[in-house]
Amino acid sequence: MSGIVRNKISAFSVQSLQRVGPYALSLRGYSSGAKEMTVRDALNSALDEEMSADPKVFLMGEEVGEYQGAYKVSKGLLEKYGPDRVIDTPVTEAGFAGIGVGAAFYGLKPIVEFMTFNFSMQAIDHIINSAAKSNYMSAGQISVPIVFRGPNGAAAGVAAQHSQCYAAWYGSCPGLKVLAPYLADDARGLLKAVIRDPDPVVFLENELLYSESFPVSSEVLDSSFCLRIGKAKIEKEGTDVTITAYSKMVGHALKAAETLSKEGINAEVINLHSIRPLDRQTINASVRKTNRLVTVEEGFPQHGVGAEICASIVEQSFNYLDAPAERIAGADVPMPYAANLERMALPQVEDIVRATKRACYRSEPRAATA
Amino acid sequence: MSCAFLSVNIAQPNPLTSNRHSTNAIKLFSPSFLGSTRKLRPHSLSKSLPSPSKSLRSSVFAVSDVVKELKSNLLITKEEGLELYEDMILGRAFEDMCAQMYYRGKMFGFVHLYNGQEAVSTGFIKLLRKDDCVVSTYRDHVHALSKGVPARAVMSELFGKTTGCCRGQGGSMHMFDKEHNVLGGFAFIGEGIPVATGAAFTSLYKRYVLKEADSDAVTLAFFGDGTCNNGQFYECLNMAALWKLPIVFVVENNLWAIGMSHLRATSDPEIWKKGPAFGMSGVHVDGMDVLKVREVAKEAILRARRGEGPTLVECETYRFRGHSLADPDELRDPDEKAHYANRDPITALKKYMIENKLVNESELKAIEKKIDEVVEDAVEFADESPLPPRSQLLENVFADPKGFGIAPDGTYRCEDPKFTQGTAHV
Repeated sequence: MSGIVRNKISAFSVQSLQRVGPYALSLRGYSSGAKEMTVRDALNSALDEEMSADPKVFLMGEEVGEYQGAYKVSKGLLEKYGPDRVIDTPVTEAGFAGIGVGAAFYGLKPIVEFMTFNFSMQAIDHIINSAAKSNYMSAGQISVPIVFRGPNGAAAGVAAQHSQCYAAWYGSCPGLKVLAPYLADDARGLLKAVIRDPDPVVFLENELLYSESFPVSSEVLDSSFCLRIGKAKIEKEGTDVTITAYSKMVGHALKAAETLSKEGINAEVINLHSIRPLDRQTINASVRKTNRLVTVEEGFPQHGVGAEICASIVEQSFNYLDAPAERIAGADVPMPYAANLERMALPQVEDIVRATKRACYRSEPRAATA
Repeated sequence: MSCAFLSVNIAQPNPLTSNRHSTNAIKLFSPSFLGSTRKLRPHSLSKSLPSPSKSLRSSVFAVSDVVKELKSNLLITKEEGLELYEDMILGRAFEDMCAQMYYRGKMFGFVHLYNGQEAVSTGFIKLLRKDDCVVSTYRDHVHALSKGVPARAVMSELFGKTTGCCRGQGGSMHMFDKEHNVLGGFAFIGEGIPVATGAAFTSLYKRYVLKEADSDAVTLAFFGDGTCNNGQFYECLNMAALWKLPIVFVVENNLWAIGMSHLRATSDPEIWKKGPAFGMSGVHVDGMDVLKVREVAKEAILRARRGEGPTLVECETYRFRGHSLADPDELRDPDEKAHYANRDPITALKKYMIENKLVNESELKAIEKKIDEVVEDAVEFADESPLPPRSQLLENVFADPKGFGIAPDGTYRCEDPKFTQGTAHV
C-alpha cells in the first residue's frame, strides 16, 4: 500500500516532533517547513483531497452541505463537489446510515457523518449488523468500504445524551476498525487512510479539539500522506511510567507528564490512535520498559478501553509490572449538566498526576481533592 | 380508513377498544366541527363515498378558517384570554432572558429557544389537566412553563444549580417534572414520541386492566418537522392508531431543522396527510394564532379523552431565533423571517382581545409587568442558589443504589456513609 511508503517519510518527521513534543511552541522557529493547522482544517483538507482523488467517495450526513457542516468540518465541500457528492440528509440516522452501507455494498465509498456519535445509537444496527459483519457473513464477497465519522465524547455543558464516549462499544465489535485521532496530523493522516480502507471504520473525532491547532510539517501536507491503521504513537518518550490515552485525553496526559517531570517522574505518553485493532505490541513493549501503567480515557469505566489494555498487559507482561495498573476513566454516571459536576465527572490533569504518582508509589491519597 | 366520529361502527379486534364509547358523547361532536366540513379537501376515494355530512370518510380537514367564521361568537372569555396572554408573555420573556443569561455566561451548553412558537404551547397545554402528560424535545422550556413548572425551577435548572427541577443534572434539554407530568425533554429528535405513546398506553391500561375507571389522562407529544422523517414517528403513529391510544401528536412545523429546510428534506411536505395513512385524523392549523390552535386542540384532546384514538396536528409555526443560541442562522431568508414576525402570536392575540373589547391596554400592561417580575425573580433565585454539592455526582444513578456493587469489606457500597462524598473513583 502506498500508505506504508509514505509512512517512513512521515515517521521521520514525526520522530522529530516526538522529541520536542507538540506543546513546545519552539517548533515555530525550528524548521522552515513547520506551520500550524487546526484539527478542523486537517479533517477538511483530508476530505477534500480524498474526494477529488476518487469520484466514488461521497459525504452524507445532517447539515454537511449548505450549513457547511454542523461543526464546519465540511466547509466549502458543497461548493466544490456539488449536491450529488455532498448530501444533506433528513434527520434519520437509521435511514441514511443504512443507505450508506448499501452504497458501500455496491461499490461506492461513502463517508457518513453523525452530528455526534450519540446519534449513531439510532443507527447502530446498521453500523454493527450491516456494515461490520457483512464481510464475514458473505465470506469475503462483500466488503464495506464505509467511514462513519463524527465528534465523540463530552463537549461542554451538553448533558447526558450528548456526552457519551463510544470507543469501548465500537471497539468491542469484530469487523469494525475504530480510530481516534488527537493531533492535526493524526486527524489528517488517519482520515485519509480510513477513506482508502476497504473495511468499515468508525472514526471518533472530538468537538473540543476541532479548534485546537497543532504544528504540521510539509510531509503531512502532502496529498498522499497516510498513517498506518493499528499503530499507536509514542508522543513523549519516558522511562518511569507508561500513560496511554486517546483523543482529547492525550492532551491532558501530556500536560500531566510535564507536571510530573518537574517532580522527577519521566512518563512515557502513548497516543493510541487505533482503538481497534489495539496496538498491543507497542503498549506492551512500553510497559516492559517502564514497568508501570496508567490508562486514561473519557468514557465509562466498566468494560472500557482501559480495561482491555490492563487485561492485555496482565496477559502478556504480568511479570514486568512493578505496581498495579491504574485506570482513569470518566465517572460511572450519566454526564451531569451542572458545570461543576461535569468537571468532576471527567478526568482532569490532576487526576492523571495523582494516579501516576500512586503507580510510582509516591503515596497520594485515593480520594480526589479537586 | 378512519372516521372521526363514528368509530363505534368499526369492529376492533383488540379488547382494549371495547366498551369505550358512549353515544351521548358522540352526539355532542357530530358531525360538523366548527366549519371544518366546508373545507373538506377532496380525497380520491371520497368520490365513491356518501356525501361529507355522513360518517365514513377520512377525517382530513383544514381549519385555518375557523376564526374568521366565528367573529360573531368570541372564542374565549376574558379570563381565558388573560390566561392565554399571560402564558405566552411568560414564554417569550423567559426565553429572552435565557438568551441574555447565555451571553453573560450563566447558561451554557445547548440552549434552544421557543420564541415565535408560543401559540402552540399555550394553545394546547392550557387545555390540559394536571394529570395529563406532556412530552417534548430539546426546545422544552416553554412546554414546562405552560404545564405549570415554576419559572424559578426551570431557570435554576438552566443555570445548573441544585434547586432546579432536575437538581441541575438534566439541563436545558432534559426538563422533567413528575408533579406536573412533564416527561421530558429529549435531546434526540423522535425520542420523545415512543415515550409519549407509552404514557398514553399506560392511561388506557390503567382503565381497562387495572380497572381505574377515571383514568382518562391524555398525552401530548410535541416535536418538529425534522422528526417527521424519522422512523420512530411512523412506528408510533401506527401503534397509536392501532390501539386507539389517548395521544395527540403535535407537529411544530417551523420549516427548519437546524439549517435543513423542511422542503429539502421531505418527499411530501404536508405532514398532516400522514395521519390518515395510518388511520387517524390529520389536521393542519395556523400555529401563529393561539385561538385557532386552541380550537383544534380542544377537539383533539376530547377525542383522545373519549377513547377514540390519536390525532396528528400539524401547526405551521416559526422560530424567530436560530435553532439554538450557537446557530448563526444564516440560511433562512430575511423575508421569510419578516413575514412570520408580522404574524407574532402575542401581537395577534392582543389585537383580537382589544378589538373585541375583552380587555383594555392597561390590563395587558399589568400582566407584562407581572411577568417581568416573575422572570427577574427567577433569575435572582437561580443566581443565589447553590451549585450542586460534590456528593450529588453519584446520586440518582439508580433508584435502588445497590447497583454500585459490593465494597471491599463485603457490604453494599451505597451503605457506606462516605459513599456519596463523591470520590468518583474508578
